Amino acid sequence: MDRTWNNKAWFMVLPVLLLVAFSAVIPLMTVVNYSVQDTFGNNVFFWAGSEWFEEILHSDRFWEAMGRNLVFSAIILVIEIPLGIFIALNMPKKGWGVPVCLVLMALPLLIPWNVVGTIWQVFGRVDIGLLGYSLRALGFNYNYVNDPFDAWITVIVMDVWHWTSLVVLLCYAGLVSIPDAYYQAAKIDGASRWAIFRYIQLPKMNRVLLIAVLLRFMDSFMIYTEPFVVTGGGPGNTTTFLSIDLVKLAIGEFNLGEAAAMSIVYFLIIMLLSWVFYTVMTAYDAER
Amino acid sequence: MARIDCNHIRHAYGPHPKSDKDYALKEVHHAFEDGGAYALLGPSGCGKTTLLNIISGLLYPSHGELLFDGKDVTNLSTQERNIAQVFQFPVIYDTMTVYDNLAFPLRNRGVPEPDVDRKVRETLEMTGLADMAKKKARGLTADQKQKISLGRGLVRSDVNAILFDEPLTVIDPHMKWVLRSQLKQLHRRFGFTMVYVTHDQTEALTFAENVVVMYEGEIVQIGSPAELFERPKHTFVGYFIGSPGMNVMPVAVEGRNARLGSQTIELPGAPKAGTAGAIELGIRPEYVRLGASGMPVSIRKVEDIGRHKVVRASFEGRDIAAIVGEDEDIPADPKIAFDPAGINLYADSWRVEMGG
Repeated sequence: MDRTWNNKAWFMVLPVLLLVAFSAVIPLMTVVNYSVQDTFGNNVFFWAGSEWFEEILHSDRFWEAMGRNLVFSAIILVIEIPLGIFIALNMPKKGWGVPVCLVLMALPLLIPWNVVGTIWQVFGRVDIGLLGYSLRALGFNYNYVNDPFDAWITVIVMDVWHWTSLVVLLCYAGLVSIPDAYYQAAKIDGASRWAIFRYIQLPKMNRVLLIAVLLRFMDSFMIYTEPFVVTGGGPGNTTTFLSIDLVKLAIGEFNLGEAAAMSIVYFLIIMLLSWVFYTVMTAYDAER
Repeated sequence: MARIDCNHIRHAYGPHPKSDKDYALKEVHHAFEDGGAYALLGPSGCGKTTLLNIISGLLYPSHGELLFDGKDVTNLSTQERNIAQVFQFPVIYDTMTVYDNLAFPLRNRGVPEPDVDRKVRETLEMTGLADMAKKKARGLTADQKQKISLGRGLVRSDVNAILFDEPLTVIDPHMKWVLRSQLKQLHRRFGFTMVYVTHDQTEALTFAENVVVMYEGEIVQIGSPAELFERPKHTFVGYFIGSPGMNVMPVAVEGRNARLGSQTIELPGAPKAGTAGAIELGIRPEYVRLGASGMPVSIRKVEDIGRHKVVRASFEGRDIAAIVGEDEDIPADPKIAFDPAGINLYADSWRVEMGG
């Protein structure tokens, strides 16, 4: 049988290839390019080698921001994952309550991030904000503009308000996919509420929880818009996360080389930590 | 093990049942004897799973009561009733080993660990899972998982009954035979009261000593496989059991004769006086004799299914099926006769007795 062999089919992948090239590969390569060169403007570049990387890795400013990021992500995961599971467990499984709860849960996710920031920025103001004013009136010395602790609380509560819903929705999807027979069998086996959670619900949520942890980790580690709008990284540098610092470096100080090197380090750290989460959580799946 | 009495049980899923139509279970009044193996057989939606869930306590009946060994358990929870149930899809605790799966119901009940160990080992032997006791349950095949589900019931020595809800649905055909015969063996050895829900007649007839046929929310017949075959109490049983099902045709009865169109069929006996309603004659294809003498039919199709042939014919304008031996020839001018032993008479779908 004669068959025509040619490689024309490769043209079919061209659109995707172009799209990926322009949206990911080329910008990333530009960043790599900047990170190993220095410029004084006029489009004149000098080879800088690993200088920018060394500078970043020896900069206290970078490690402090990194520390804040790690603490922030840890707090976010510790609060949002259990809270999300708890809310999902208590959501109705049928009846009119289901759509109501789902819509309520989805609402925070539909608000643009800078609007979320603005809402909380106004909400927390001590002169006109409902939260800030009420706390003041109740005798709390709350002021997110001056007090680092209050600023952190505000940013964390804002993030919990904004993103716990995502964990809830993912967990809820995992929960409703458990067939009724499991609960019936558990009843027959005399399982306690805790045993049902531990041996049926949690294992069945395992996969969605992995997704929830990864998404929440990555997003909280890259958080920018909301704290930028609410605190602008302050007071002082106390809420300056890596992303905020990066923008300051690149746009505020126009330090392209250092910013590029930082972007790459930042990207590698997120990838590494996500890989760690993924490996730890799936290792459990593998042992059969 | 216990005897289970269903005392005038009715169940409706809606909150305010008005007519009979609202009831998923119209009225069940029946006793499952201690140590019996029963099959609940019927098409989807006939109420068999509803009845099973009422027995296990997952559903609370709208009316009536349930007795275990004469004790009213209607208001007891599933746990307190002490029954075991195997579901359509295997239910296992993924993260536990096979051993821990079997130990789970005992540990939940606070049984001391040495007793747990002894019982679990016994059960592992019984179900043939001993080799994989230390394995994680989720890595097993469907039939092994279903054995775990069963094992979690067997491990409690004091269960009142073991209920099966179409347990072989997801099992490969060749494993179905194996599992079914193992179940039968377990039943013979230990004398559990078993109730087995299925819509598969082969499964019901091979598993159970007593088959309970359900149709539209009621029990239409309870009997041995032979009784269901020879004397279906309701035309539905005739249709549902047997392959192909019973031929049912409307007739007019005069004394010992039934008339269908221009033909007269002699009955084995005259129906009881006062039989009224729509009268039908039922005869299984196995009792329809095809030959050179009798009533004329025209043959539409012959299906050769190996051991025998199924002849589809037209008789007085109605479809009729007959089974003939594999080696028998189909006559050129076909005629049929009914074997009197296989003739049943129905009034409004229910069987009427014929006097000799």
